[in-house]
Amino acid sequence: MTVTLDSACELHPQVALRPEPFGALAYHYGNRKLVFLKHPDVVAVLRDVAAHDTLADTLVAHHVAPERWNSFVSALSSLEASEIIRVRQ
Amino acid sequence: MSVSNLSTQLKGGLDAPICLTWELTYACNLQCIHCLSSSGRRDPRELDTDQVKNVLDQLRDLQVFYINIGGGEPMIRKDFFEILEHAEHNNIGVKFSTNGTYITAENAQRLASMNYLDIQISMDGVDRATNDAVRGEGSFDTSIAAMNFLRDANFGPFKISVVMTRHNVDQLDAFKQLADSYGAQLRITRLRPAGRGADTWNELHPTQAQQRQIYDWLIAHGDNVLTGDSFFHLNAFGESLPGLNLCGAGRVVCLIDPIGDVYACPFVIHDQFKAGSVHDEGGFAHVWRNSDLFLSLREPESEGACTSCGNYDSCQGGCMAAKFFTGLPLDGPDPECVIGAGESLLKSAPVTLIPKPSMDHSRKVSVTVGGNK
Repeated sequence: MTVTLDSACELHPQVALRPEPFGALAYHYGNRKLVFLKHPDVVAVLRDVAAHDTLADTLVAHHVAPERWNSFVSALSSLEASEIIRVRQ
Repeated sequence: MSVSNLSTQLKGGLDAPICLTWELTYACNLQCIHCLSSSGRRDPRELDTDQVKNVLDQLRDLQVFYINIGGGEPMIRKDFFEILEHAEHNNIGVKFSTNGTYITAENAQRLASMNYLDIQISMDGVDRATNDAVRGEGSFDTSIAAMNFLRDANFGPFKISVVMTRHNVDQLDAFKQLADSYGAQLRITRLRPAGRGADTWNELHPTQAQQRQIYDWLIAHGDNVLTGDSFFHLNAFGESLPGLNLCGAGRVVCLIDPIGDVYACPFVIHDQFKAGSVHDEGGFAHVWRNSDLFLSLREPESEGACTSCGNYDSCQGGCMAAKFFTGLPLDGPDPECVIGAGESLLKSAPVTLIPKPSMDHSRKVSVTVGGNK
């Protein structure tokens, strides 16, 4: 499953985020994947995405300009493939 | 942000290490001739159980996701499982390296029941003769027995960890087959001239031709083989190997030794690379964030003698520890520089200036290459 603007997402429960000067590190304790999150606004969206019904709602809440929404969809899709986030059922 | 920008960020240092190695004891039942930490005898100053737990709590607070435990032989500690459990309860993943001696059927069951745990069984030859020449008589059979116990306990995919020497480069395919036959993952790392390895490096380190062989093999198989990013000096051969391609010492990597001293990386146990101690005021975090040594390692490095070489962006000048313990300048070429710049410099290096490790816990027996003792 890939992420769309309508997806309801959440951090994978086995994932921890650690703030760093460049953004954050995400670590998955299950598959041992370590991911560098290099955009602070992606980190802010990730931390908050479970609190909103859709990804689009999260982007609105974080004042992300609509022309950047596609890049967030692809960033979160790739994070979903690494199981850093998952789509809520 | 591009990869090179990420690299710049990492060189500037992280708020806490990604890859922290913690050697729990200098005690070891083996006496491997390339041991990075010159292990053998326990040091009376080693951290006790409460001190170890206190440091683990500090690492939890820093969100260090996982640690690499080694030694010495870490399982020799009577509180080994207590330490593992404390780490697990605090969400600190553990990957530990062992020679396998203490992995009995019972211990394998106990290890298999734990979460966030990876095990690396050390093995430096795919046959008894090659392995035991480096690790000591009987050590090959010990490693195989440990692997069998882990398999029988359904531990899952453990790792077989191999230090590449000129005697086992030709065994890479056989190592991969051995790992596959156990459902295990192969990990190969670079031989460093650190600890007792400083004394045996000349005889053991891969030849120039074998370096190319390792590189070609990793290009072909690298996606399924772990390396600890230790072969980035080979990137000057062409396409970059998977990994961060930088010296992580003091930037993303550090070592805590058995007595709590903090060094820039596991391969430089020497006063010149000691940043402080977990006993210092402010503990580990203060050392990581404020030590003069670590701050200086996070400054842009001088390309020195490599400035005019077109390969510098690929190889980053190689490994600091390998240069240091072979007596080469830190801003010069790696001793195993793929275009031979290190090799020719070594021939002219004044031998008397080669630094010795600051500590030696070797047992008082003679160690000879070839390992008949």
